[in-house]
Amino acid sequence: MSLHTLTVCQLRVKIHRGEVSAREATQSLLDRIATVDGKVKAYNWLNAADALAQADAAKKDGALAGIPIAIKDVINVDGQPCTCASKILKGYVSPYDATVIRKLREAGAILVGRTNMDEFAMGSSTENSSWGTTRNPWDLERIPGGSSGGSAAAVAADEAFAALGSDTGGSIRQPAALCGCVGLKPTYGRVSRYGLVAFASSLDQIGPFTKDVRDAALLLGVIAGHDPMDSTSVPRPVPDYVAALERGVKGLRIGLPKEYFIPGMDREVEAAVRAAIGKLESLGAEVVEISLPHTDYAVAVYYLVATAEASANLARFDGVRYGARVKGEDVIDTYGKTRGSGFGPEVKRRIILGTYALSAGYYDAYYLRAQKVRTLIRQDFEKAFAKCDVIVTPTTPEVAFKVGEKSDDPLKMYLSDIFTISVNLAGICGVSIPCGFARKLPIGLQIIGKVFDEETILRLACAYEQVTDWHKQRPKL
Amino acid sequence: MDYEAVIGLEAHVQLKTQSKMFCGCATEFGAEPNTLVCPVCLGYPGVLPVMNEEAVRKTILSGLMLGCEIARFSKWDRKNYFYPDMPKNYQISQYDLPLCKGGMVAISGKTLGITRIHLEEDVAKSFHYETTSGVDFNRAGTALMEIVSEPDMRTPEEAFAYLTALKEVLIGGGVSDCDMEKGQLRCDANVSVRPVGQKAFGEKIEIKNMNSISGVRRALAYEIQRQIAAAKRGEKMVQETRRWDDETGVTSVMRTKEHAHDYRYFPEPDLMPVVVSEAWLSEIRSAVPELPEAKRRRFVEQYGLPEYDAEVLVADAAVAAYYEQAAAGSKNPKAISNWVMTELLSRFADSKIAPAQLAELVAAIEAGQISGKMAKDVFAEMFATGKNAAVIIKEKGLVQVSDAGALEALVEQAIAANPKSVADFRAGNAAAINFLKGQVMKLSKGKANPQLAGEILARKLQGA
Repeated sequence: MSLHTLTVCQLRVKIHRGEVSAREATQSLLDRIATVDGKVKAYNWLNAADALAQADAAKKDGALAGIPIAIKDVINVDGQPCTCASKILKGYVSPYDATVIRKLREAGAILVGRTNMDEFAMGSSTENSSWGTTRNPWDLERIPGGSSGGSAAAVAADEAFAALGSDTGGSIRQPAALCGCVGLKPTYGRVSRYGLVAFASSLDQIGPFTKDVRDAALLLGVIAGHDPMDSTSVPRPVPDYVAALERGVKGLRIGLPKEYFIPGMDREVEAAVRAAIGKLESLGAEVVEISLPHTDYAVAVYYLVATAEASANLARFDGVRYGARVKGEDVIDTYGKTRGSGFGPEVKRRIILGTYALSAGYYDAYYLRAQKVRTLIRQDFEKAFAKCDVIVTPTTPEVAFKVGEKSDDPLKMYLSDIFTISVNLAGICGVSIPCGFARKLPIGLQIIGKVFDEETILRLACAYEQVTDWHKQRPKL
Repeated sequence: MDYEAVIGLEAHVQLKTQSKMFCGCATEFGAEPNTLVCPVCLGYPGVLPVMNEEAVRKTILSGLMLGCEIARFSKWDRKNYFYPDMPKNYQISQYDLPLCKGGMVAISGKTLGITRIHLEEDVAKSFHYETTSGVDFNRAGTALMEIVSEPDMRTPEEAFAYLTALKEVLIGGGVSDCDMEKGQLRCDANVSVRPVGQKAFGEKIEIKNMNSISGVRRALAYEIQRQIAAAKRGEKMVQETRRWDDETGVTSVMRTKEHAHDYRYFPEPDLMPVVVSEAWLSEIRSAVPELPEAKRRRFVEQYGLPEYDAEVLVADAAVAAYYEQAAAGSKNPKAISNWVMTELLSRFADSKIAPAQLAELVAAIEAGQISGKMAKDVFAEMFATGKNAAVIIKEKGLVQVSDAGALEALVEQAIAANPKSVADFRAGNAAAINFLKGQVMKLSKGKANPQLAGEILARKLQGA
């Protein structure tokens, strides 16, 4: 058996018992990457020598001792590039570790390489990347989802035991669904954002991509927790997420939002999700219908709040202190030329949209109103959670689409996150797990939880996983 | 037609904190360029701000000293504009919910309103060379308090008095050193003119780049004159920003209203709102020092000092505190004041004399134990060594001779030795007594109590 197909928990046991060394595990992974990444193109940057050196130096007793982890190219790792898949960060090398990276290092993980993404995490297909498009391992003609498409594809193709991504409107859950792996977006404030290059500060959250739910629970336990460097991280103890998996699902109330089963949804996707719900019922969970009445406004609210924050967050990329600089006649011209050639079209579109939404005379009508509706969306969930413990929905309305299919129609592209966006606006947690295939392409089941109730969604996900084998399916490459 | 000016001031005050507003970098002035920096204050990708609580405390303290209402709930906002001295191309500031609102500064005969005080981060410093420019980010991120006044001032002199009084309060509270040369206090002015009697304000002109309080006064005087002259010619003012040139003494257009920035303020999502608890507020309130004006009045009443002495002593909080400790143990607070002002003030920091020791020295003079002249020598020794006056007096054998019997013998000796002076005195030359007194002092090797020696001498000369 090849080591690269193992889950983190399986590999951990082998390393712990001394059956496999960290170097062997890392080498096996590097070999796999060398074999298939030419097709998948999940990685932007890899340093085999450095990864092996880390493996040799890895501690023996951490929760992730000797386990290689792939990192989305938006999280700072000291000494490695962090391009955010943008030309504007060409040449930038991180001078510091993000807090999640510090925690991974402390747990003994090996930071093997950087995975592709949509530029500055803006997109749903990983097509908006200066490095080129990552391919879906299940069908190389198709997109892997986005923005964390590289992390999802790497895990699905056994090019990573696990990976970190970031989720602002679905950027972990959507690619996880389309690639057939597990993707968890923790509650806002559960994981420190320090070192994550900000897209939309009030929505961004780092989370894991894994081959199964147990691994997701393990990784969350490592990266979660209060960080004095992130004022929005919450001082709240980190539970033992792995232990919580064993508690079963009997009596758990599952809410089905009627607004999420919409006409126009892929029939096979709907059928697979309904079958999964039936399975959960058979395990002892109870199904209740709920309503999230402001769902229709979520995409509009998201594209005002996220772009407004992004317009300020991306202002720092000006060529003055780091990254690419295109010299102009004066400083204003230099700004224009640097940003004009450094940012791709989708990033520019969102900066312009956000700048407009914050402008004098428009602020009240757009940004302020969007924030008010955001509050209503959050209240929708609070009311719903009075009736249920978790909410189950499809992660996406469709399976993976073809490369280029939606690139000319931003609105169509924006709608692929329609089921994931509300979770970020409400600041709650959600996980996507494999629940079937349509036309040989993976389908994702989204389980949404209350604030800081990752234990319950992981517990339900694990119960489902134990009676299905969707997560064990692997693409042929 | 007579015109009057309407002036409002925006003062930027760097707070005296160990570290910057949102990161751990030190705030020292004059370090090598770009040595007091980190990823946070350089605006690197992925960094987040962490609020400096001490800066918030000092801003609230300032608000309390200036009679402001302190917000229990306040928040941070992003102010967006591009400039190379701004690492993130937005500044974390406070827009609609500042920490302090309302308040006032007292100048002689008038109180001037304060609109608001908010906290923000300072920007970096640009340097322009022949063909290139450089940016020093050491200053970037320093805690900066902005104090906005009401448009209550009518003359450059009032603006000068406002800034002087404000500075005094802030220094007294330990909030800032307000050293304008180090950029710790910077000021922009808004000024307009209107016919006397008119209620509505004229179009306001903002003046920037004034580097001293007297520079503010000069710039305002120039600008008011310019605006009145223009008004008299029938010209209409348009809202604009002008730059003061301290060397040529004129203002010139920097940007007009059409080029005014739209700062696109919105709430800073990386920071939590500031909630000021009742307990914290009362703790800060207990640390509010006495304001200079009140302290001056108290010095006059409590210690019986002339206004001038009170003014000089209160000007420096450390000197005032020293004075109060010394005066507390003295029967002659005015004498203490004299010593502090004439001997100590100019070299206060170098002195080794504790307040109680100064009181002891003054007491020795009061008791006639040593003369004023001796006291100067004793003081010099105390200043250098920190020894007690009594010890020095003993060591040097400086005890003044006040024993009438001993002095009488010396007086007689002097009279016998100087018959010519005695004759002169008796012939009506009163000044001759001084020479004789000098002789007595000489015979006593300076230890005779001069007053007592004089009395005995006079009695002998007149009586015999």
